[in-house]
Amino acid sequence: MCQVGEDYGEPAPREPPPAPRPSREQKCVKCREAQPVVVIRAGDAFCRGCFKAFYIHKFRAMLGKNRLIFPGEKVLLAWSGGPSSSSMVWQVLEGLSQDSAKRLRFVPGVIFVDEGAACGRSPEERAKTLAEVKPILQAIGFPWHVVALEEVFSLSPSVLRCSSQEPAAPEEAYKAAVDSFLRQQHVLGAGGGPGPAHGEEQLPQPRAQLPQNPPSLLRPPAAAQTEALSHLFCSVRTLTAKEELLQTLRAHLILHVARAHGYSKVMTGDSCTRLAIKLMTNLALGRGAFLAWDTGFSDERHGDVVVVRPMREHTLKEVAFYNRLFSVPSVFTPAVDTKAPEKASIHRLMEAFILRLQTQFPSTVSTVYRTSEKLVKAPRDGPATGDHSPRCLLCMCALDVDAADSATAFGVQTSSHPSQIQLPTSLTDTGTPQESPIALIETRTPQGPCCFPGGPRAQGCCQGASRREDPQACIVEQLCYGCRVNMKDLPSLEPLPQYILAEAQLRTQRAWVLAELRDCLIEDSDDEVGQS
Amino acid sequence: MPAPPCTSCHAARAALRRPRSGQALCGACFCSAFEAEVLHTVLAGRLLPPGAVVAVGASGGKDSTVLAHVLRGLAPRLGISLQLVAVDEGIGGYRDAALAAVRRQAARWELPLTVVAYEDLFGGWTMDAVARSTAGSGRSRSCCTFCGVLRRRALEEGARRVGATHIVTGHNADDMAETVLMNFLRGDTGRLARGGGLGSPGEGGALPRCRPLQFASQKEVVLYAHFRRLDYFSEECVYAPEAFRGHARDLLKRLEAARPSAVLDLVHSAERLALAASARPPRPGACSRCGALASRALCQACALLDGLNRGRPRLAIGKGRRGLDEQATPGTPGDPAQTPTPKAVPTF
Repeated sequence: MCQVGEDYGEPAPREPPPAPRPSREQKCVKCREAQPVVVIRAGDAFCRGCFKAFYIHKFRAMLGKNRLIFPGEKVLLAWSGGPSSSSMVWQVLEGLSQDSAKRLRFVPGVIFVDEGAACGRSPEERAKTLAEVKPILQAIGFPWHVVALEEVFSLSPSVLRCSSQEPAAPEEAYKAAVDSFLRQQHVLGAGGGPGPAHGEEQLPQPRAQLPQNPPSLLRPPAAAQTEALSHLFCSVRTLTAKEELLQTLRAHLILHVARAHGYSKVMTGDSCTRLAIKLMTNLALGRGAFLAWDTGFSDERHGDVVVVRPMREHTLKEVAFYNRLFSVPSVFTPAVDTKAPEKASIHRLMEAFILRLQTQFPSTVSTVYRTSEKLVKAPRDGPATGDHSPRCLLCMCALDVDAADSATAFGVQTSSHPSQIQLPTSLTDTGTPQESPIALIETRTPQGPCCFPGGPRAQGCCQGASRREDPQACIVEQLCYGCRVNMKDLPSLEPLPQYILAEAQLRTQRAWVLAELRDCLIEDSDDEVGQS
Repeated sequence: MPAPPCTSCHAARAALRRPRSGQALCGACFCSAFEAEVLHTVLAGRLLPPGAVVAVGASGGKDSTVLAHVLRGLAPRLGISLQLVAVDEGIGGYRDAALAAVRRQAARWELPLTVVAYEDLFGGWTMDAVARSTAGSGRSRSCCTFCGVLRRRALEEGARRVGATHIVTGHNADDMAETVLMNFLRGDTGRLARGGGLGSPGEGGALPRCRPLQFASQKEVVLYAHFRRLDYFSEECVYAPEAFRGHARDLLKRLEAARPSAVLDLVHSAERLALAASARPPRPGACSRCGALASRALCQACALLDGLNRGRPRLAIGKGRRGLDEQATPGTPGDPAQTPTPKAVPTF
């Protein structure tokens, strides 16, 4: 029922009718010959071969339709060990080994992040998981990187700066790139025989890469770092904030590895179901402005490294069936919220809600997914100011807080903090102090964050003493709304990794300097003055 | 353990903690703060200019009661005059009791009250009759769809009768949060593109509407009504359990338990959604029958009533609204050129 414009479904208390079971005589709906083995969606029975073709086709079509991955490009596959990312890695593996006509043409690598310290696992358990992970990585054969989450403590602040890249190449550039690649292949392959020998110079032999993985990655991380990480995560009060922090740190780490090894794209295995849940969760977390980046096909907020989600049309059910039918190896790693009760975090709540609603109204996930396709990557009011708009320190999206616009939910929250509004005791008392309360309220409106980088208000409250007194407030000012709410659950921002604190300090100082020099600097926008 | 003193006046004993900030306040200071915030919302959004005649949609429930009370107190300051407009949907056993509460309020506050009834406006169709008409097809009755659209028309009509220039309703932050959740779950991109603002400015002859309570959470509204000892009607509509909104409401309750600021976070998200231009509904014109705001030939109220009168109540519910075209005979698939667009009348 839940879809607008469709006939309303059964009323809530009644059970939904059981799904029609395929009878023995029913054949696969695609080829109409073979016996069906799996039922997808509402009663479409597929045989093994057709299901595989359907699944692979979806993956390839998603990549092909968006034309973001150029031939010969280095792509990092973010593998968590879970079913969706395992399926994605498997698809890439199969796609690369096909005949030259349909072969995928990029250069993959795999990254696995060991998050055991954040989840409170012992070193023995982590070693056991790594022992399970290694054989799979070796079997896959791509260059692999196993990084422990503790390495965030050795990151540099440059991770938080998005390097402005030339904008996404238009259609012609893509076609030109493909043409030149094909020509190159033709030239190279003219002497040699058919098969995977084509373009060997460009696709490095996977086996040769293995010894290159520096042995330092296989060493367990320093105990001090593990201690610091678990201290950080234990200090977070709520599971919601923990999950968000984990995602943020993981994203930074993957970004760092991608940049360090020259990968220009990162592929994550988020499935349709997970993305629908993520969309609703982010809505509840206050990240409505960034939904298109968080759940869309491509996420270019970092500039040089683009995050791509090729599995976004596969439902979890299809992934599970595929993995089972075609024996895709995966590793179970406990996460921060494993075995947590449903009420523990917003992520859990939303997941339970959507999955429950899905049983009643089977079109829930696909409806949410289709709505997410209609979201665009633009700020709500007017054209983007491009690279100059200040970015959130943690999630690197353009800030979505308008301190000036007090008639918004954010304005209400910030202006009501010092809500010591001294009105006369009851409103019915319409005596002389009629003007003052209104005046009081109106002068209070432009509160303005003190360290708003590039913001118009240079009240000088960042000067010397106040700046040093409250570094926490200065960090919070540089965050978007969603990250601010998360940071409220951290009693102190000290345990955060050094690169975050350092970058925050740097931005604060830069903003202060800008504010000081505002009168002297000539900016491009001063055209109307006409001093030429 | 003795209660802490009020953090605002430091004189009286604190009687409550504000849900939003955890601040301990006494009853009087809380009420003043609440009223000040409503005033701030109205002023910052320039919702009600001086000299406005404001029709308050009064249902007898806690939101409209609190709204009427606060606006009545703020009226001299804002320079507006108030009119109460109550809508009688004809739901037996529920609406009569609620209307009694409204009448008591109107008498106590000395505000003029106008009651508009569905029966008079819509040719004898009360909500009970609609429910009977749509029942029995094996599907849900979708009473809330009818009621919402028709109430909007009725409120507009009542406001016009008293010569109002603005309409205010008592929707609070929880309602807004539930709405955005609901719209996402149902894929209603039209409403998503339209909603999340400060009400509508009133295009094409419709009166401007706004929601002064939209940043006040439900708990605070209830607290205010408690401390001001307001008399309101607190039962749920008999058709409410069938509504889809119940799912969204349930989810919101749980979200609020996990994170107290969830309601305002959702409202913030809703304000900042960026939808593709194609998701927006077309610019509205006028209904060919009643002249009200409509983005198709018939406004939704007329379309729904049409369906009811023809004995096919589901006619106007569904994609494309087949069969509504006056040239097509009832029963034919209808005009294929009609593209499926979201419902015309913004309920909000």
